[in-house]
Amino acid sequence: MGQMIIDGQKVEFDKETNILEVVRKARIDLPTFCYYSELSVYGACRMCIVEIEGRGIQASCHTPPEDGLVVRTNTAKLRKVRKNILELLLANHDRECTMCERSGTCKLQDLAQRYGVRQIRFGERDVKLPLDVSSPSIVRDPNKCILCGDCVRVCKEIQGIGVLDFAHRGAKMMVTPAFNKQLGEVDCVNCGQCSAVCPTGALVVKSQIDQAWDAIYDDSKTVIVQIAPAVRVAVGEAFGLPVGQSTLGQITTALKQMGVDKVFDTSFAADLTVIEETREFIQRFSEKKNIPQFTSCCPAWVKFAEQYYPEFLDNLSSCRSPQQMFGSVVKRYYAQDLGLDREQVYVISIMPCTAKKFEAGREEFFVANNPDVDLVLTTQELISMIKEAGIDFASLEPTALDMPFGFATGAGVIFGNSGGVSEAVLRNAYEIVTKEELQNVVFNDVRGHEGVRDFTADLKGTEIKVAIVNGLANARQLLEDIKSGKAHYDLVEVMACPGGCVGGAGQPISQNGTNLRKERTKGLYREDQRLQMHKSQQNPMLTSLYEQWLTEPGSEEAHQALHTEYGSRRRIDTEAIKINQPENAPVDIQVCVGTSCYLKGSVKILKTLTDMLQKDGYEEDVKLRAAFCCQQCAGGPVVIVDDKVMGNVGFEQIPEIVQLVKSKVEK
Amino acid sequence: MSRTAEVDLNVVDWLNNVIAEHGSTPSALIPVLQEVQKKHNYLPEELLTYIATALNLSPATVYGVATFYAQFSLDPKGKYIIKVCDGTACHVRGSLPIYEAIRKRVKLVDGKATTDDGLFSVETVSCLGACGLAPVITINDQVYGQVTPEAIDLIIDVLEKREGM
Ligand code: SF4
Ligand code: SF4
Ligand code: FES
Repeated sequence: MGQMIIDGQKVEFDKETNILEVVRKARIDLPTFCYYSELSVYGACRMCIVEIEGRGIQASCHTPPEDGLVVRTNTAKLRKVRKNILELLLANHDRECTMCERSGTCKLQDLAQRYGVRQIRFGERDVKLPLDVSSPSIVRDPNKCILCGDCVRVCKEIQGIGVLDFAHRGAKMMVTPAFNKQLGEVDCVNCGQCSAVCPTGALVVKSQIDQAWDAIYDDSKTVIVQIAPAVRVAVGEAFGLPVGQSTLGQITTALKQMGVDKVFDTSFAADLTVIEETREFIQRFSEKKNIPQFTSCCPAWVKFAEQYYPEFLDNLSSCRSPQQMFGSVVKRYYAQDLGLDREQVYVISIMPCTAKKFEAGREEFFVANNPDVDLVLTTQELISMIKEAGIDFASLEPTALDMPFGFATGAGVIFGNSGGVSEAVLRNAYEIVTKEELQNVVFNDVRGHEGVRDFTADLKGTEIKVAIVNGLANARQLLEDIKSGKAHYDLVEVMACPGGCVGGAGQPISQNGTNLRKERTKGLYREDQRLQMHKSQQNPMLTSLYEQWLTEPGSEEAHQALHTEYGSRRRIDTEAIKINQPENAPVDIQVCVGTSCYLKGSVKILKTLTDMLQKDGYEEDVKLRAAFCCQQCAGGPVVIVDDKVMGNVGFEQIPEIVQLVKSKVEK
Repeated sequence: MSRTAEVDLNVVDWLNNVIAEHGSTPSALIPVLQEVQKKHNYLPEELLTYIATALNLSPATVYGVATFYAQFSLDPKGKYIIKVCDGTACHVRGSLPIYEAIRKRVKLVDGKATTDDGLFSVETVSCLGACGLAPVITINDQVYGQVTPEAIDLIIDVLEKREGM
């Protein structure tokens, strides 16, 4: 507790850890590039400088508040320094603002305007680095990077991955994936959070607006749009409507005006997911098999698990995400109802998420070379399209969604919030387990904003331990705790983005992410209240879908249409490099020492194997090599003898391998 | 499968020992990189990813450190690393013509730093601290002072003979 004088005002402070927070509390919008309250303090951009009496100029973001300090945020000196910084940043920055994806939401542009930078005394940078368009979700333009490091920290600290980092030094310094590779070749999970914090256009969502218009203009295509839960509470923000207000009806009107044929609700597919996932959960729970069950609707989390935790892939729910269930149902069944081939139907999803672009492209979700979901647009892209079409969104009358897939229950709608999937599943599980009607549908324990929450749901004596995490760094910690036996759960919900899908990187960009997220979250819970039905099992459209096509939850048909499989993934795509390739020998053995096998002790196996081969005098006959990831990680440690792939190799199998070598050599 | 990179088992074995010696913590990164650089004359990408895993760092961070320090190289280097000093003293005494002469002699084109046969790498450095001998070059650990373009021919002749060329 204490008090400071900021620009002549007395300002109290309490828990604020730095002067910047106190200044902002005094409602002064001090500029920053490299400060985010949820990330560690970096203190590199120097925009947040203030003058402190007796101490001179200081960066406010890493100076703690002290009682009695006299702080000025706006002096001749400060103004000059800030303007200089901006000028220097711009000297090194691509200045083609009119063509930049982030024009209008760029902090650099905004601050250059605010500080009246009207000329830059330095020439343009002569070298232009190539764009990185390899990722399905994100476009990286190194020419626009101002080296604030926000993306580096978000990926490391929130997602626990560290795809990007600083490399080289001096004038050549840049932020890049490992080995100067492209984003699409490394372990990026496409969550897009780096683009959400990037102050400039150096990291942006990959725009697919042109494809959307092409499909809409194409008369031979029936364009079907699905709208994800979190989208409806964010679009209004861009048109001056209250944050968190649902504008589903207006979005539908706008889409129809643009020329879309049918508008449906992804929440319908979320209801379907609840039914399938609950059934799967209850079965596993009663058989005590593959517990905990992890949710699988977040594609960033799924890719993360495939890369780092292949041993848990059997624990992931086999349910496809609502987006993919929707696509599958439309292309398999609904197209038939319309009398169309799947190729004539074009499915566009509007998602709060950049990773959904990646998900739609996964080959499991193609049938005869035709994807279940043809195109994924983010909320941001939808907003651009509405603006491009010149639609006065705020004054639109709402339109009802189309049937049958425009009907959803509140359970499907709260999917957009962290904790929503768990709550929806519990609402269903309760009735299945207790065979009684659930009266109070609100599970307050699952709700909240913390990155990790856990509690025990009591279904009249049946206790289910539930954990809810958002942010993959939190997920990593939880998985490690489960692995070490420190934590036990039955059901684990994982969302990569802070706050769940409402905080997705496809949502409108804002400088005040946390507060917006909270309002959007409330908005979805209000929608749940407003709707007639709150439990997925009540959805009458689902009942007819099962009657007409899927027979019953978990049926063979349902598995074909709604479930999927996962596979381990190598972290980094590499060209084969060879160091000291051994000479030719009749038998070829590779022991995988890729990340996953390494962590499972493959190196010791390798060592023992060499020793044994040596002891038996076979070292000359074997070309023994260490391989970097054979993409069989779930079954690691992996050993490959000629063409034979052996999984889960332990010390006891080593004599078997030596035996195999013997027989091969004798032949 | 074709993209699976592989290295000699001995290399992995050796690397494990190095890592064990320095402890599997992030602070071991620089000493481990130094050893790899010493042994291979460069830092092979696969080994960097391996080191990242072993030290619980992201490959991007390891790459960042490896590119920050001039002592590390990510490209395979030649057997003979020729460094031409381009500090002030050597520069005024004509180090650049020497540099060009060397590149021409070992037939380096298109901005490449290492010859295709992997024999020579040619680079410039800033001040080797032997300004009295300017212009100076070093080849591996050997220092040559007051070199001239003619001397270059002789020096490289000797090396090529040694390599049986
Ligand atoms: S999209 Fe997500 S995983 Fe990929 S670099 Fe950005 S923050 Fe990291
Ligand atoms: S890419 Fe964006 S967020 Fe990352 S360092 Fe550059 S300017 Fe900052
Ligand atoms: S916000 Fe303080 S230095 Fe960037």
